Amino acid sequence: MSPTIPYEYKYLRAKKRFPHVWCPGCGIGIVMGSIIRAVDAMGWDKDDIVMVSGIGCTSRMPVYVDFNTLHTTHGRGLAFGTGVKMANPKLNVIAVMGDGDSLAIGGNHIIHAARRNIDITAIIVNNNNYGMTGGQFSPTTPPGAKTSTTPYGMIEPGFDVCKLMDGAGASFVARGTVYHVTELDNMILKAFRKRGFSVVEALAPCPTNFGRANRLGGPVEMMQLLKDNTINLSQQKAMKPGQTEGKIVRGIFVDRDSIPYGDRYEVLCENARKAAEAKK
Amino acid sequence: MIVPWGETRLVQGNEAVALGAIAAGIGFFAGYPITPSTEIAELLAQYMPLLDKKWIQMEDEIASISALIGGRLAGSKSMTATSGPGFSLMQEGLGYACMTEVPVVVVNVMRGGPSTGLPTQAAQGDVMQARWGTHGDHPVIALAPSNVKECFELTIKAFNLSETFRTPVILLPDEIIGHMRERVVFPLEEDVHVVPMPIPDVPVEWYEHYHESTSNVSPMASFGSGYRYHVTGLTHDVHGFPTRKESEVIAKMERLKHKITRRLDELEDVQMHDVEESSVVIFAYGSVYRSALAAQAILRKKRKTVGIFRPVTLWPFPDRTVKEMLDSKDVVLVPELNQGQIIHEVERMTRDSVRVVPLHRIDGYEITPEEIVDAVMEVI
Repeated sequence: MSPTIPYEYKYLRAKKRFPHVWCPGCGIGIVMGSIIRAVDAMGWDKDDIVMVSGIGCTSRMPVYVDFNTLHTTHGRGLAFGTGVKMANPKLNVIAVMGDGDSLAIGGNHIIHAARRNIDITAIIVNNNNYGMTGGQFSPTTPPGAKTSTTPYGMIEPGFDVCKLMDGAGASFVARGTVYHVTELDNMILKAFRKRGFSVVEALAPCPTNFGRANRLGGPVEMMQLLKDNTINLSQQKAMKPGQTEGKIVRGIFVDRDSIPYGDRYEVLCENARKAAEAKK
Repeated sequence: MIVPWGETRLVQGNEAVALGAIAAGIGFFAGYPITPSTEIAELLAQYMPLLDKKWIQMEDEIASISALIGGRLAGSKSMTATSGPGFSLMQEGLGYACMTEVPVVVVNVMRGGPSTGLPTQAAQGDVMQARWGTHGDHPVIALAPSNVKECFELTIKAFNLSETFRTPVILLPDEIIGHMRERVVFPLEEDVHVVPMPIPDVPVEWYEHYHESTSNVSPMASFGSGYRYHVTGLTHDVHGFPTRKESEVIAKMERLKHKITRRLDELEDVQMHDVEESSVVIFAYGSVYRSALAAQAILRKKRKTVGIFRPVTLWPFPDRTVKEMLDSKDVVLVPELNQGQIIHEVERMTRDSVRVVPLHRIDGYEITPEEIVDAVMEVI
């Protein structure tokens, strides 16, 4: 009897591109699984999906999925994606990025993608450091943490990705972790369903770099940390103010209906043509 | 009708670029405001929605060229317009477009530099940046118009060459050409040659995104057309997947080079006036070529014959023709709106016995015919 192949395989470049580059215990593969399950739930045709990324560990993801895939320059995934979506609005654009890629070098692009409300889903895998280059600090490295470029501890405050995206105008903002996989699957699915700019931050362990530098243990211990250090929105509601100290909140923080950029542009074209005809 | 086909109009250089882009079938423009190129973005913001084409102002020049490449991969002919400082920021994306062989058009209306320099004044300071601005070995095509009509024609040509050679093409008007107004007799639409976006005709499973054809260029499928492929700035194999295999790395890099160097005849575009019969030749491009023509007329009245050699296509440099035509001359005068850039290419292609004389102007103003006449009289 031949073994049953999981349905996820049909979305992977399984025969050609594996094994992947990610380290044992890395969380990025779990996020890729969530994305694939959400894509399957959406029923999208593989030909109509563009996965775009920048540079870094997370940005290697497009190689492994059987979509139209675009691995770009550092931080620019959303800018490339904006061009793709503008030129062909029928395409479903998914941008996958790490915390350094999306928030440091790509910080300008992500706030403007959110402000414009371009119909792209951005998935940010946040592992608190630059993994590919050997564990340097990123805009989400927690204060005090050690990395290869903060040997005496991190002195800069970090970004709260979700608050940043809320403030910049994204239509949908959520935070999950690779420990809470079903929750993450659902968040990504809802983000795909949302018209406009949607963001899902997925907290993930980097045992090789961040974990080792901060003596957080191996993959299992770091998974345990994601479980212990996070609470969901209803847990947060039930807790007294002091009790939530040091906990990271998971959940859907923003889910609003605002007109995506593409729709506005269509209206603009229509109005421009009408005005030109009226002039005649 | 946006392009005044068959009509005669007073048109600005930048306006002619915008009209040329429409004529070439631009589908997507992404840009960031910068003097002295802004009119191109402004006019396209006006024209493109009327034609249901996509126009966007991005958050910076890096985002602009990135969006441009995304737009072309999704099946729209794409162009941006910028000037020196913005062109510097675009080098990252230019390298990516070279490496991934995505055809885009970048207009750089050259102003004084370095840095913020002289925003509203002319220079030819980005000639070498156009050639070597982005890191690594890479192919480059750059065209330099000398009048408003050429702004229209060479913009169309830039699109055509980018599609033919699957590579970014840079249009390099200087500020004088971008901002001047001239009478232009527009051609009839049917007389203009526009290269359509090449489309692959092989079955999906046979498609190689970087097929090693005899021309070194293969048709590029668009996202959403059913050909699913990978694009990366990492050195890649014929399917587009990253590779470090020696033979594949060498094959990629050689093909990138050969697609230009083995088809130089299709790219070379020079204009020559009285070069054969003159022992003194003025080598000029862009706005300086206009002054050279005027200087030649003045000198003719003084019974002095000088030739003019003008490259329309700056990159690839017309090595063979320069060698053939200028190697036996006494003097080649190279007036440029910089401290000496293209002159090194002229020196490279001529023997030591040829005196290659520079004439610089770096204050943001034009090189006048009189300055060229004086320089010629000095060397004759």
